[in-house]
Amino acid sequence: MTTVYADNAATTQMSRAAIDAMLPYMETIYGNPSSLHSVGQQAAEALQNARERIAACLNASPREIYFTSGGSEADNQAILSAARLGARKGKKHIISTAFEHHAVLHTLKKLEKEGFEIELLPVGTIGTITAQQVKSALRADTCLVTVMYANNEIGSILPIAEIGEVCREAGVLFHTDAVQAAGHVPIDVQAQHIDMLSLSAHKFHGPKGIGVLYARQGVPLTSLIEGGAQERGKRAGTENLPAIMGMAAALEDACAHIDENARKVSALRDRLIAGLSKIPHSALNGDPVNRLPGNVSFCFEGIEGESLLLLLDAKGICASSGSACTSGSLDPSHVLLAIGRPHEVAHGSLRLSLCEWNTDEDVDRILAAVPEIVAYLREMSPMWKDLISGRKPFIL
Amino acid sequence: MALYTETVMDHFMHPRNVGEIENADGVGQVGNAKCGDIMKMYLKIKDNKIDDVKFETFGCGSAIASSSIATEMIKGKTIDEALKITNKDVVDALGGLPAYKLHCSVLAEEAFKSAIKDYYDRNGIAYDHKEFPDCESCEACRMV
Repeated sequence: MTTVYADNAATTQMSRAAIDAMLPYMETIYGNPSSLHSVGQQAAEALQNARERIAACLNASPREIYFTSGGSEADNQAILSAARLGARKGKKHIISTAFEHHAVLHTLKKLEKEGFEIELLPVGTIGTITAQQVKSALRADTCLVTVMYANNEIGSILPIAEIGEVCREAGVLFHTDAVQAAGHVPIDVQAQHIDMLSLSAHKFHGPKGIGVLYARQGVPLTSLIEGGAQERGKRAGTENLPAIMGMAAALEDACAHIDENARKVSALRDRLIAGLSKIPHSALNGDPVNRLPGNVSFCFEGIEGESLLLLLDAKGICASSGSACTSGSLDPSHVLLAIGRPHEVAHGSLRLSLCEWNTDEDVDRILAAVPEIVAYLREMSPMWKDLISGRKPFIL
Repeated sequence: MALYTETVMDHFMHPRNVGEIENADGVGQVGNAKCGDIMKMYLKIKDNKIDDVKFETFGCGSAIASSSIATEMIKGKTIDEALKITNKDVVDALGGLPAYKLHCSVLAEEAFKSAIKDYYDRNGIAYDHKEFPDCESCEACRMV
């Protein structure tokens, strides 16, 4: 039985191009870019080359690209840098959304304990915000707006350019966590007025443990890691050159085929959404229109997500869920709660995230498996019995 | 290493005694949808013995496996024997559960004990309340 991998929002398989781009930097050009000798200088040249290629993908300049260990570190550094700057000017108000990634939310929580005022904008039932919401929330003491480009669980793409414009007009720093967007939807940091942006290589067929913080020239960064003078003194530690080369190759590849991939993947996505919508008492999560090409997120009433995942796995299908049982806590995903799904519905969630390597056959297999498993689990669910017997009203 | 033991996966993939008993002598339902687990157990009692047992569960893999193995453990036992079975016995029979899933075994114990309690109540049989744990007093939810 071949595996149907539909968990690309968690991580992706590396591309051959990305792997091939890494190998020489382990085998032959293994020098430290900070070394004076020629082996080191070859590495330094490669590093600069990768920086230029990545900058070009974002319409940024190479000196605005800072390599980090991934999206989480980039999010932390962006937010803490803006907060540090704000605090110096007596500005301690930060605007964000209720459904950010924990790398953002937990960093904001930490700042709240340090006396910052954190305002999380509600994301409504489809899971998005408007630029007007941001505009209305801006205050004289706002030091940062941080809004994700696209949501990792429910796939909504947010109006980043409009939000960027509102922030730029007000002179407030704007950071976007673009971990799910980079390589999948076009990004132009200049046109979209983005001051800081986080991305992670393993979400677009690059290696794990490497990412980028883009910071517009003039935005002062605070180091999270002290040491050597790497990354313009803002991120110490010898650069992970093989991973950086893999990331550059993967991002270039993704951006070169962005429209073609989006067309292909969204066609698969739309087939899945149409097929899964036929399951009674189910609902699509997230923005149905402004949606990541690969994201399918559903709630099925009366069942619990982890059992669904285990049974899908037994059929060779890899997916994920926002149910509590998959998170190691008793609370289901904060994203599903933020869009107003009650706990009992949020427990029955399924996320399928596709990439350009998925096929029509994969979609067929998923569409054959999910309805059957949902029906099987409902059959043994006392909650479902309460619903179909009318003892409790259906929510979906 | 897999998330669950082979025994857990076996009971999850092939749950024993799933379903409902019509005209059951005792029925117990524990847990709530908010926490993500509901277990319901039905008992048929004959000569003070658990003659038949069936369960329905809304929950994760370990919740379904815990319910399934608990029904096997109590089937054919006298009520007194069944009441001596604890969540720890359920965990041991499953070959262990991840720490944050231990509450599933607690629910399984509560489910069949709550069904026995229902049988006692229906038949006016006196019992010691301390023998029956209730969801509120269990700390498993707060352990995670």
